[in-house]
Amino acid sequence: MSQNDIHPMDKLIRADRMPHIWCSGCGLGTNFSCFLSALDQSGLDIDKCVIVSGIGCTGRIPGYTNIDSYHTTHGRAIPFATGLKLANPELTVIVFSGDGDLFAIGGNHFIHAARRNVDINIICVNNFNYGMTGGQFGPTTPLDAITTTSPYGNYEHPFNLVQVAAGSGAVYVVRWTSLHVRRLTNSIKEALLKKGFTFIEIISPCPTSFGRRNKLGDGLDEMKYYQKYSVIRHGIDPKDADLCLNGKIVVGKFIDVDKPTFLDNQPDLVSMAEKNKK
Amino acid sequence: MDYWRKPLDIDKYEITHGAIHIIIDRCKGCNFCIEFCPKKVLEVSNEFNVKGYHPPMVADQAGCVACKLCELICPEFAIYVTEDKHMAISKKEPHED
Amino acid sequence: MKIKPAVLTGVHFMNGDYACAEGALAAGCRFFAGYPITPATEIAEAMSRRMPHVGGIFIQMEDELASMNSILGASCAGVKSMTATSGPGFSLMMENFGLGIMMEIPCVLVNIQRGGPSTGLPTMVGQQDMMQARWGSHGDYEVIALTPSSPQEMFDYTIKAFNLSEKYRLPVLIMSDEIVGHMTERVVIPNEEDIFIINRKKPKNKPGKYLMFQPEEDLIPCMANAGEGYKVITTGLTHDERGYPDMSAEAQEILITRLCDKIRKNKDDIIEYTVFGQDDAEIIIAAYGSPARSALSAVSLARKEGIKVGLFRMITVWPFPEEKVLELATRARVIIVPEINKGQIVHEVERCSKGRCQVISLPKLARIHTPYEILNVIKEVSNS
Repeated sequence: MSQNDIHPMDKLIRADRMPHIWCSGCGLGTNFSCFLSALDQSGLDIDKCVIVSGIGCTGRIPGYTNIDSYHTTHGRAIPFATGLKLANPELTVIVFSGDGDLFAIGGNHFIHAARRNVDINIICVNNFNYGMTGGQFGPTTPLDAITTTSPYGNYEHPFNLVQVAAGSGAVYVVRWTSLHVRRLTNSIKEALLKKGFTFIEIISPCPTSFGRRNKLGDGLDEMKYYQKYSVIRHGIDPKDADLCLNGKIVVGKFIDVDKPTFLDNQPDLVSMAEKNKK
Repeated sequence: MDYWRKPLDIDKYEITHGAIHIIIDRCKGCNFCIEFCPKKVLEVSNEFNVKGYHPPMVADQAGCVACKLCELICPEFAIYVTEDKHMAISKKEPHED
Repeated sequence: MKIKPAVLTGVHFMNGDYACAEGALAAGCRFFAGYPITPATEIAEAMSRRMPHVGGIFIQMEDELASMNSILGASCAGVKSMTATSGPGFSLMMENFGLGIMMEIPCVLVNIQRGGPSTGLPTMVGQQDMMQARWGSHGDYEVIALTPSSPQEMFDYTIKAFNLSEKYRLPVLIMSDEIVGHMTERVVIPNEEDIFIINRKKPKNKPGKYLMFQPEEDLIPCMANAGEGYKVITTGLTHDERGYPDMSAEAQEILITRLCDKIRKNKDDIIEYTVFGQDDAEIIIAAYGSPARSALSAVSLARKEGIKVGLFRMITVWPFPEEKVLELATRARVIIVPEINKGQIVHEVERCSKGRCQVISLPKLARIHTPYEILNVIKEVSNS
């Protein structure tokens, strides 16, 4: 047990950049670890895997991943990833970003990429607020939650992300918490190997901003909360999986269907020309 | 938290044992590994690492079954487990760090 | 249906928008993302028809933010890419144009300018985005912007825009206008082998040794594409040569200085212009885009009347041909700048002429200057 030991995941992280910027008790490191395990177990050629993010705490994940990585502008990870995937279909493209990035400033891109069924994998870390800028409310902040821009309690209705994803046409929709490490790893692996627009939401602790202001305790307390209040409901209608402050957290796999992707549906002029000849 | 019964065919299985490796200076003291270890193998240590956190220490090495939950849940890539067949024999190995 | 090749060698009668699309395909563009907007829509329409012929991708995105980002992504995967837009769409693209500058991603952004601000005059001509082209994204940087004046030039300079973007590793702007975009003229497309193509420099070092932002002597780093095993790290944050974010004043100083210098120090290679009758000219018309056509007529008419006038037609507006303008200002008495805006490039001409001659702005909105309007000003100046 020496201090110079090499962690098995060091091959997939940029170890020279450790420690990462995330706070003690933040769920991001755990989510990242699960992603790397899934990537490792997937059997994919990692030289053909690309990770893209927008801005925010979660947006820093690509910078720590030792594969081709692109840290783009706020909200724009999905169109950037769309360009990568369509230009080189051999690539497995992962977008790893936060709830504010993907569903507020980037919401339009999310629904349209899902509608087109672009073959990319979205992993959204939902910590219910904008952590990096100091904890403002966002599109997923539950009603009544205190943030730095909702000092009297949030009065906006939040998105139910799995419902948004399902309604927009995602072929694979899953929600876990940072505590469900094995189920999360398996789901990420499944998503990486699945064709089409996949969506994984991870409910994750933000003890420094959201947790502190809403008296949820430290990161460990939030993880214990997930242990106590998560309920697995595979296959239920995503509309019944909405979340509220201090309520139950419905997790599970809600959607897993197959349909042709954007690239599958491209016009094939060569065969059209052949047909016309006959 | 006693959800588990003892499997009827437990004799047919060889339980793996693990050696726990802690990269002390990466730890940020979140205690996830300690809290969620199903065998309660880890404890908070009294020592400080370079960042001023208390890293975990192995309190019950023999109890480790190499499930690697700590390795997966650790946000800092600061703990990992290698499967160790000999560990089954050398029970109660003292903590080395 | 007959499959058409990428290069439609031959003589065509087509408008500037279509010529732009054909130029892109001839340059090797195989990814186009766009959003419908007058008067640039024909470029997207042409691309939707043509891309399947050449095995490329056409995608109509949900907005211009997405269009700009997806062409950056496609270029990072190694495929030459382009988007086309106008006024409001150009504003939406500006943030991520800056991302392309920061990540040094080659691609081409076409702006078929219309009247602004805001929704303005969608169907009428403008040159009001010339300063936005230079300064539209936040921060300090240098850009390359070309201003073609005819459908033939739309074809030729779209190819050049791709070459410059690949050579200097940045998004290149084509600042055309509605008149050039919608004008139908003769366009000659050469044989494929006669088209000069530049492709991005590929890494010379092996994965592990290669750094995404380590410049060579020309200040331009080699570019690895996604999926080639180089494990590149790129960010819009200020970064070091490895691509690692570096939040320090020193890193900002080094990176931004290089991003500016790679254009400034190579400006002689980039800048292109034509001159007509300048040797004896006392009066110079400095123009770009569609007004350069009226200006040419005006200069010809004036010279027939014995007035010593010349035309300085800028094909590259950014980087600005500072030295050439100073040289002209030293020899001429007056420089007249007709533009379809309230006076934008005229300020650059004034700055660069350093008071050595008089500079007259000839602003006009939503319409092109007629040759006689310019001729009248020439005559006024000539008689004064």
